[in-house]
Amino acid sequence: MIANNIMEIKFPALSINEGFARTCVASFCLQLNPTIEEINDIKTAVSEAVTNCVVHAYPTKVGDVYLKAEIFDDTVIVTIKDDGVGINDFEKARQPFFTTKPDSERSGMGFAVMESFMDEVSLSKNGDKGLCVVMRKQLGKITASEAIGG
Amino acid sequence: MQVKHRLYHGTLYIVLSGELDQHSAQYVRETLDEIFLSIKSRQVIIDLSELEFMDSTGIGVLIGRYKKLKEFGVPIYICNPSTHAEKIFKMTGLYDIMPKIS
Repeated sequence: MIANNIMEIKFPALSINEGFARTCVASFCLQLNPTIEEINDIKTAVSEAVTNCVVHAYPTKVGDVYLKAEIFDDTVIVTIKDDGVGINDFEKARQPFFTTKPDSERSGMGFAVMESFMDEVSLSKNGDKGLCVVMRKQLGKITASEAIGG
Repeated sequence: MQVKHRLYHGTLYIVLSGELDQHSAQYVRETLDEIFLSIKSRQVIIDLSELEFMDSTGIGVLIGRYKKLKEFGVPIYICNPSTHAEKIFKMTGLYDIMPKIS
């Protein structure tokens, strides 16, 4: 399948770039006429994935974050990759409240938030190192409450 | 990110304005801890009406403050969350420890 539209950016894993990254993806998605709620969902999921790169991926240096957003009809697919330390146990990492940094007031809810705000989230290794997060969301879906006229 | 506060009849009102994420988390943490140290109150109400964005890092910050204030027996309440913040609070169960008030 060929994307209708695509954008890619690369930036260092600095916390100041979290706001940039989520605003960037949100702006790109505006062409799908999203609701405010859909935009907030996407912004939050992107923020979670980029925060993971900032907090966990690069313990000893500031590496790069690779962000790609693609539009396929009414669906947006966001890919966020890093060349960092990666995750060995995906299942454990996805568990709500699991964190490798309990002393730094991390909530351990990053992946749970991504899963709850997007339709699908998949994790894989980015080559031999790092993490690749792919998140998909279909926009303009009729919600259950709308379907019953609520 | 801006943190405003006001003590009124023993209740400490905190207003968080802006975007609460990993970038602003340390500032919010330190500012709130300084306020809690210098101002003694019976309860804390965090007003989120001016909060434009929050992710799970914000949940970590709030739970951290809850734990610190719990030692002094001071409860925290949340008021005026956006639909977006509310969604995160409900999924993380934050309201169980920091109830919402109107």
